[in-house]
Amino acid sequence: MVEEASALAAQQFEDLHQERETVGLGMWVFLAQEAMFFGGLFTVYTVYRRLHRAAFLEASRHLDLFLGTTNTVILLVSSLTMALAVHAAQRGRGRACAAHLASTMLLAAAFLALKVVEYGHKVHDGLLPGEGFNAGLFRHAGAELFYSLYFVMTGMHALHMVVGIALMAFVLARALRGRYWHFVDLVWIFLFPLLYLFGRHA
Amino acid sequence: MSQAHAPTVRGLFGALLALLVLTGLTVAAALQDLGPWNDLVALLFAGSKALVVVLVFMHARRAEPLIWIFAGIGIAWLLLLIGGTVADFDTRDAPPPWTE
Repeated sequence: MVEEASALAAQQFEDLHQERETVGLGMWVFLAQEAMFFGGLFTVYTVYRRLHRAAFLEASRHLDLFLGTTNTVILLVSSLTMALAVHAAQRGRGRACAAHLASTMLLAAAFLALKVVEYGHKVHDGLLPGEGFNAGLFRHAGAELFYSLYFVMTGMHALHMVVGIALMAFVLARALRGRYWHFVDLVWIFLFPLLYLFGRHA
Repeated sequence: MSQAHAPTVRGLFGALLALLVLTGLTVAAALQDLGPWNDLVALLFAGSKALVVVLVFMHARRAEPLIWIFAGIGIAWLLLLIGGTVADFDTRDAPPPWTE
């Protein structure tokens, strides 16, 4: 295996094992950078939530908890199917891998479809920030900030999902893409409580 | 990424089960008025879910130490970014005018 591996590795690497480790590490560096990118948005959310706590509590209650929870479950299951695709790829089971990738893409499409429906409801209810924003729905000023963050954060998250779907479409069996998908799941895991659950108890 | 580092199919399904249970618990907890604890509880559940995804789905549990260092640095910078900014805003006499 080692002789065969060194024959296949790109010339700057000692062997295939070293090449794989380097590629894996590169993916983690990329994801750390992505965490910093979303971290900036989470920081803005944290600051404004501390400055406008009552408004954020009130605004959060206008989000659809059922749709948010459904999408959470869909994304978690898609993380499993992605992991199963990687598992199959590592064992050379091409057909199983392709099937799991197709399931992942289908679940991602379902998530995005629900998101479109949800955005439609919000626009209809006058919750899109800007001139048409219906501030009269809220007792506290600052709800518009919450909805600006809601659209930017879930929008950037959705854009990352579109990129993920494109990557899966192009590379139906490259294991390293798997971590990117799980990262998209991670971002949602934090977005869900901060946007949907925050004002639920009051 | 080698086969030896990867979790079993059973482990992957177990991780999903844990994630779904944690999701149910965090929604249930959010519907209760826990006073000042609601925020902390929600973040603890999200943190636990993130840990399951990173350790099992992203294969970090049996990854090389170098990967742990890189992932750890990423988390450290993230905490510095949020913590430093919150510390700044919390120690100001008045919020800056652009936040009104």
